[in-house]
Amino acid sequence: MSEPATERADNDSTPLLEVRDLIVHHGQLRALDRVSLRVFPGEVYAIIGANGAGKSTLLRTIAGLHRPTDGAILYDGKDMTKVRPERRATGGIVMVPEGRRLFGSLTVEENLKVGATYARKGPWTIERVYEIFAWMKDRRTQRTAQLSGGEQQSVAIGRALVANPRVLLLDELSLGLAPVIVQRIYAMLPQILSTGLTVLLVEQDVSQALRVASHIQCLLEGHTTLEGRPSEVTAEQVEAAYFGLSPAAAEGSEALWHGSTPSSRAS
Amino acid sequence: MSVVTDTPARSEENFRVTRSRRNVAWTGAGALIVVVVLALFPYIVYSGTTSLMVQAFIVITLASMWNLLAGYAGLVSVGQQAFVGLGAYFVLILAQHSLSPFGGLPVAAIGCGVAAVPMWWLISRLRSGYFAIATWVLATAIMLFIERFPSIGGGTGMSLPGLSGYDPTLLVAYTYWIGLAVTVLSLVTVYVMLRGRIGLVLTAVRDDEVAARSSGARVGLARMLVYVVAAVGCGAAGALLAISQLIVQPGAVFTVQWTAIMAFAVIIGGLGTIEGPIIGAIVYIILQRTLQSYDAWYLIVLGLVAIGVALFARRGLWGLIDDRLNIRLFPVGYWLWTPESTGRRGPRKRGIRPRRAGRHS
Amino acid sequence: MAWVNAIIQGILTGGLYALFACGLSLMFGVMKVVNLAHGDLAVIGAYVALGVITVTHIPALWSFVIVVPIMAVLGYALQRTLIQAALDRGVLITLLVTFGLSVVIESGLLQFINADSHSLGVGESIITGSFSIGSQIQIPYLLLLIFAVAVVVLLGLQYFLSLSRYGRMIRAVADDQEAAQLSGIDYRHVFGIAAAIAFGTVALAGIAYGMYSQFSPTTGTDTILLFAFAAVVIGGLGSLWGTLLGGIVLGVAQQIGAQINQADQVLAGYIVFLLVLALRPQGLTARRAQS
Repeated sequence: MSEPATERADNDSTPLLEVRDLIVHHGQLRALDRVSLRVFPGEVYAIIGANGAGKSTLLRTIAGLHRPTDGAILYDGKDMTKVRPERRATGGIVMVPEGRRLFGSLTVEENLKVGATYARKGPWTIERVYEIFAWMKDRRTQRTAQLSGGEQQSVAIGRALVANPRVLLLDELSLGLAPVIVQRIYAMLPQILSTGLTVLLVEQDVSQALRVASHIQCLLEGHTTLEGRPSEVTAEQVEAAYFGLSPAAAEGSEALWHGSTPSSRAS
Repeated sequence: MSVVTDTPARSEENFRVTRSRRNVAWTGAGALIVVVVLALFPYIVYSGTTSLMVQAFIVITLASMWNLLAGYAGLVSVGQQAFVGLGAYFVLILAQHSLSPFGGLPVAAIGCGVAAVPMWWLISRLRSGYFAIATWVLATAIMLFIERFPSIGGGTGMSLPGLSGYDPTLLVAYTYWIGLAVTVLSLVTVYVMLRGRIGLVLTAVRDDEVAARSSGARVGLARMLVYVVAAVGCGAAGALLAISQLIVQPGAVFTVQWTAIMAFAVIIGGLGTIEGPIIGAIVYIILQRTLQSYDAWYLIVLGLVAIGVALFARRGLWGLIDDRLNIRLFPVGYWLWTPESTGRRGPRKRGIRPRRAGRHS
Repeated sequence: MAWVNAIIQGILTGGLYALFACGLSLMFGVMKVVNLAHGDLAVIGAYVALGVITVTHIPALWSFVIVVPIMAVLGYALQRTLIQAALDRGVLITLLVTFGLSVVIESGLLQFINADSHSLGVGESIITGSFSIGSQIQIPYLLLLIFAVAVVVLLGLQYFLSLSRYGRMIRAVADDQEAAQLSGIDYRHVFGIAAAIAFGTVALAGIAYGMYSQFSPTTGTDTILLFAFAAVVIGGLGSLWGTLLGGIVLGVAQQIGAQINQADQVLAGYIVFLLVLALRPQGLTARRAQS
């Protein structure tokens, strides 16, 4: 059961991104309850879970848009729990936010330019983004408010890429997009990864997540219910973790089963 | 697949929602005593003090109205002086047509309420900051319009007819009593409004406007009602001003300084509480008397203190008192008592605090 | 023909009003702040210019070289400290703080200077006087210069916003503050830049007004803030050139009012403002009504 963990630890002893016992509140609601994770360089780490499970809150807190009540966020071993979001972005943690959040009154190219304002050195340039998204160059002077959902998603990803991040945070890429478009976007992932990026993504579409991820973690009502490699978990285990069903449904796995169903956690 | 849960359902009898704590009965009695004592003032104190009290009444009334607008309805108006001026001029015009100013005051106040309706229609679509300036423009435009008419004094003003027959001390006393009535009526009106449906709608809007609208709350209507009531209150104060000064000058009644005084009194006293404006008005009067000889200093000091309070002690003086002693003289929120807070000797101070106006902006 | 003269004066005055208004518009567009002390800052600019001129004896026309940068720096500082602190506490507090600031500034000026009106004058330069077209039309050179300056400033602002790196950042922050943060932009710094521009332009407007007319501690609100606001509303929120149009309409309305009755000049402008508010609240240039 612990084999996958040691395998990861052998590659690199310090995770690139680590979250320790994070507690996050939305007003009086506890959105994240002692969540931990570790992401190593080169991984595609997917966080899945139902609506309201706390996935986006987790990503937003890592990006710095939300202050945790307790816990720590470490980047390259250094504690950056108190660092402002823009400093995290210039430091290499760049998020593609939920709902795209493009600058509507700016053109496609201007959006990319803004993303490149404080870019780090690296392989990604605006021209390179035009290469992987073939349609973009011809439409670069168009206002982003006029693009389709899938096109906006591509621009949002491009805007994050030109900053040359080390860790790319993708928040619900599939939201509001047709499955065909979603697949096409995820198909770009290998190209993006080939430049040495690490990806931490949040996804509601479980099968899509299982297809691209090297590691998954499932959240339910603010805490982790499952963690492991896609190859090691069964569909039943994922279902159980996703919906918070009894552990009797999850038999014989090598994945780290956190067995904390609603009945056993302290309120 | 079964869902296992071990959380026992809490029995509903253990939760109680009350309007207020025990002390309301005491407050009601106390308030009555205060009013009776105040009513006796003209028999007890010199007319100099009585005149000062009239000034206080004006400021308290204005402050409660501004608080109603900004603290509860979220409407920042920097043009309430429009109604102060209109109230004064209505009384003047009525006096010129042989209606005693004392009788003219209620008519003037209602007149201001009527005038507020088209004014609201004109500016209500503007967003908060622009709404604020628009109220100022309206006030200025009204002043400029009134100044065109020499029959009511034009640009220089005119003395108020109809009161020369009274004995001076008696005049002050009558003015005082009317002032007391206006203030008490204003405070009671605000209290009743906020405890009723309007208060509920406004609090819901403050928390989440979209949700409030979609659950059927008539938000626009509630806000307009608040604006009209505030106009009536400020109009009454303006009429009172005219009666107490015996002269109506456009520059004096339409000056934006009235808004400054109202706003600062409310901020310093405590935005979003009924007690706050009263305290703030008292602070204002004290400051004004102390710094009177130093020209514009008192406004500078007042302004700086208000900025400081707005940034660092948002709930004002009353908020500080409230925090220490946990009192609400005029409760308009709710208290929720949970099983933990109910002990053998009755409810302790651990109910869930009522949401306060002004916490969310 | 006196009417034609009035209308031309009105159009040119519109430039001055647009100069009043562009800072107000900018601060609202970028950070959703309506700075109620906006007009008073113009008056401060005028007083500072007066001081500078008195001390250094430079011509009034060139005083802006010293005053505008000072005010711009003041704007950045005030934004990063006071106004940001108010913004963090919400829209209501921000309005109250800027209102408080306005009262403190005006009372301070009244207390420490006096209530008199001053004028910066034009000094000895070619721009005193006016040129004539025919016998009835007289256009003061100064007014023409002010209009030209206003157009130049608006053009400069437009180019800055659309082409420069900082202009792009300002537009991005105005569109979506959080997304801008995710792109590495410190929005507080960008707000500071926008405030610096707003303070600088309004100081320039204050100097222009001080040369063209007289100013006193209350001019900030009586004239500048209210006229700026009226220009913005008439022209349409969110459009720089709309503000120029609004200023022109306001100026023309005032001059026509003055032709009818000298005392009604200001009131005439406000009546047009109220008409626009009643009939076309989105302003003259906006395409459709906003809810």
